[in-house]
Amino acid sequence: MTAKDLRNPLKTALGLGSSQSGVGHWWTQRVTAAALVLLGVWFVATVLCLLHADYATAHAAVAKPWNALLLIAFVLTMFWHAVLGLQVVIEDYVHTRWKEVVLLVAIKFLAVLGALASVLAVLRIALTP
Amino acid sequence: MADTQRPLSPHLQIYKRQVQMMTSIVHRATGIALAVGSLLVVFGLLHLAAGEDSFNQFKGIIGSPVGMVLLFGWSWALFYHLCNGIRHLIQDAGAGYAIPQFVRSSWLSVAGSIVLTVLVWAYVLTAGGAA
Repeated sequence: MTAKDLRNPLKTALGLGSSQSGVGHWWTQRVTAAALVLLGVWFVATVLCLLHADYATAHAAVAKPWNALLLIAFVLTMFWHAVLGLQVVIEDYVHTRWKEVVLLVAIKFLAVLGALASVLAVLRIALTP
Repeated sequence: MADTQRPLSPHLQIYKRQVQMMTSIVHRATGIALAVGSLLVVFGLLHLAAGEDSFNQFKGIIGSPVGMVLLFGWSWALFYHLCNGIRHLIQDAGAGYAIPQFVRSSWLSVAGSIVLTVLVWAYVLTAGGAA
């Protein structure tokens, strides 16, 4: 046994694996899921109410403060939840390290772009008379 | 993953097909489909923000036969992921882990998603066709 092996195992574990963020990913996935149960049902109901709506009606509906607020909440939570879920799928099935990392970064870039574009669109609708 | 030539668990080839296994696989598949579908929400909002012509163009696209088929698929994926997601949240809380309960709740997710999809599209069609 070398001197190195006498180190406390905690020393080598710190900063690795689940010691980095613990159950943070798992927990956030569940919290966003719970939020999406409510926001998702609200979103489907809102879209169904706007069935056949013309431009003016749809624009006015999204511009309502509560609808704009909940839409932004829905879109942000949706992309957050999607990234967490896709991340697990990629980590499980993509076994070439560089492809895995490229995909993990790509989905984050796409999700941030999608979320920002949606928020910008909702704000533009809500703030345009 | 370990670099090995041996078959890796789970051995899907010799597994008996079970509903709990299908609900788990489909939960992931619908999750991926919904992540792609989230782009439709973005496009819808961008088109609405860009003005009337742009919005009518978007309505034309989602009202087309291909758009309707995609919408139908995404609506089922959404309801399935919703029902099975609630099931997973309940299981994460520690409930419903006995095998009979597990199988029954699997079928409940499947049935719930079909019922919700049928209800929504019955409403859409009776309200005079989508979009």
